[in-house]
Amino acid sequence: MKNQESIHALDLAPVSKAESAPKTKSNLMQTFLSIFAAGPVKPGESYGAPGQGKSLAISLFTTAFLILIWHIATYLQWVKPLFLPSPVAVVQRFWEVATEGFANATLLEHTGWSMMRVFSAFFLAFLTAVPIGILMGVNRIVRGLFDPIIEFYRPLPPLAYLPLVIIWLGIGEVSKVVLIYLAIFAPMALSARAGVKSVAIEQIHAAYSMGATRWQVIRHIILINALPEILTGMRIGIGFGWTTLVAAEMVAAQAGLGFMVLNAAEFLVTDVVIMGIIVIGIIAYLFDLFMRYLERKLVPWKGK
Amino acid sequence: MSRLQIHDVSVQFPGMNGGESVTALSEINFQIEPGEFVVALGASGCGKTTLLNLMAGFIQPSNGYLTLGDSDISGLPRVACGLDLQDQITGPGKDRGVVFQKHALLPWLNVLENAAFGLKLQGVGKKERIERASYFLKLVGLEDFHKHPVYQLSGGMQQRVGIARGLTNDPQMLLLDEPLGALDALTREVLQELLLDVWRKTQKMMFFITHSVEEALFMASRLIIMSPRPGRITHDFSLDFNKIFLETRDARQVKSMPEFIAMREKVLGIIHGDEVLNGGAH
Ligand SMILES: Nc1ncnc2c1ncn2[C@@H]1O[C@H](COP(=O)(O)OP(=O)(O)O)[C@@H](O)[C@H]1O
Ligand SMILES: [Mg+2]
Repeated sequence: MKNQESIHALDLAPVSKAESAPKTKSNLMQTFLSIFAAGPVKPGESYGAPGQGKSLAISLFTTAFLILIWHIATYLQWVKPLFLPSPVAVVQRFWEVATEGFANATLLEHTGWSMMRVFSAFFLAFLTAVPIGILMGVNRIVRGLFDPIIEFYRPLPPLAYLPLVIIWLGIGEVSKVVLIYLAIFAPMALSARAGVKSVAIEQIHAAYSMGATRWQVIRHIILINALPEILTGMRIGIGFGWTTLVAAEMVAAQAGLGFMVLNAAEFLVTDVVIMGIIVIGIIAYLFDLFMRYLERKLVPWKGK
Repeated sequence: MSRLQIHDVSVQFPGMNGGESVTALSEINFQIEPGEFVVALGASGCGKTTLLNLMAGFIQPSNGYLTLGDSDISGLPRVACGLDLQDQITGPGKDRGVVFQKHALLPWLNVLENAAFGLKLQGVGKKERIERASYFLKLVGLEDFHKHPVYQLSGGMQQRVGIARGLTNDPQMLLLDEPLGALDALTREVLQELLLDVWRKTQKMMFFITHSVEEALFMASRLIIMSPRPGRITHDFSLDFNKIFLETRDARQVKSMPEFIAMREKVLGIIHGDEVLNGGAH
């Protein structure tokens, strides 16, 4: 009874001018908190698979928050600029390297060289790994041939076999592309193979009972079924490619983002190091967004 | 029209991890006459699916052989030097359409493309493909859904697509492995009636597997009951409840006929006896 009364009292209380000031403050707070709100719940979602809903606003907030902390830490000189230059310094350096260059090449040239290496390795891997992975899935001889090779070198860090690649192929472009290529090849081939294996036996049987030949089963059922995993393999593969870039550009490179970062590190130009890392991250992220777009366009039936 | 015959067929599966081999079917002798609607009923694991897979050609008999008309359909695939790419000479073929319980439609194709898929494999031209697939989609009541992605359809509609797809190649028989097993009771009854109509219109031989005694009695012109370990056909009844339905169009009345209920009790008795035996064996 008492509770009810007090609720009424609150409801009916007139809003005075004095009260409206703190209210705007709490509105701000609400707007701020609203980016963490899941938004209106769709039917079946409260007790559906966990983790649904939009997360973009939260991601943007995280990014902004990290940059802010970074800014405060450098502004208040918690750390020396040698270890952590300010965001402003990094942006300035970005502009400087973009226009004047660093280590005898502009940012565009560094980026161009790196992209050329990563994407030509990616392209070569796509041309070889996908067919080999598919053949490993549908043919026991090919599987027998490639399985030990891939499974052996896959867990090795690229830095471990980099010296061997250099001894065999020299210090030119070829060894750099080959190193990245090897890193991309394994995940791409294994994904294609897993995609081939993921086909439901009913679909294969259905095709046979409609008069399909073995070749038609492979072409019309198995290959298309493997597409989602092939695309996933491409995403994972290019990720490994960027990861290996710095290792590939360690020896005898004249330009490249990895080279630029290593070179800057040698001379303790920390702002170029951070700027290079951010540029690599952004390029890799944009490409991943493109691959996700491709996935939505090519395999809207994925997981259905 | 030609009959399907099974001559003295046994199927053994090799045991898991070098264990004892499983005799899934033992010395089956059995034939399906043109125009028959055969329903197979039996507890899980009694070899119904194995029998259907044999007829479809997906697995090969360990002993005996199968014929459809004059041709041997038990043929073993010719696999040479591990290159699994050449055509199979016998085994599965477009003379036997198959409808599965689930997972067998192609999600990257729409309803019409799924129904016409067999014709595409045969190299039939686009115009004729659309024409023939449309005919069977109309037969199963999907004339307004040609462009829909199959993964957006309800389970019942997906099975309609499956049935239409099984028919577009104009097979001699349709093999259905618990096609209505995953559906709700109402949809199930609708599709039972639809299948009987399809059967009457197309005059195909049907081999239909089910767990449900009522469904079996309602659909079958011939009902076989199987028992496990080893898989055998123990009973073989001729029925005509499906014809009564096709004349009266009143499923509930058919299912409450005294003869229907008596038969249901009898079949339940047979199956229940089986299950008690199974329970004792474990
Ligand atoms: N591929 C297989 N390998 C080994 N055993 C199998 C295989 N397929 C079926 N079986 C066995 O054969 C028996 C019959 O199975 P199945 O035909 O699927 O029965 P049903 O369809 O009547 O439930 C079962 O005991 C099952 O375990
Ligand atoms: Mg079964």
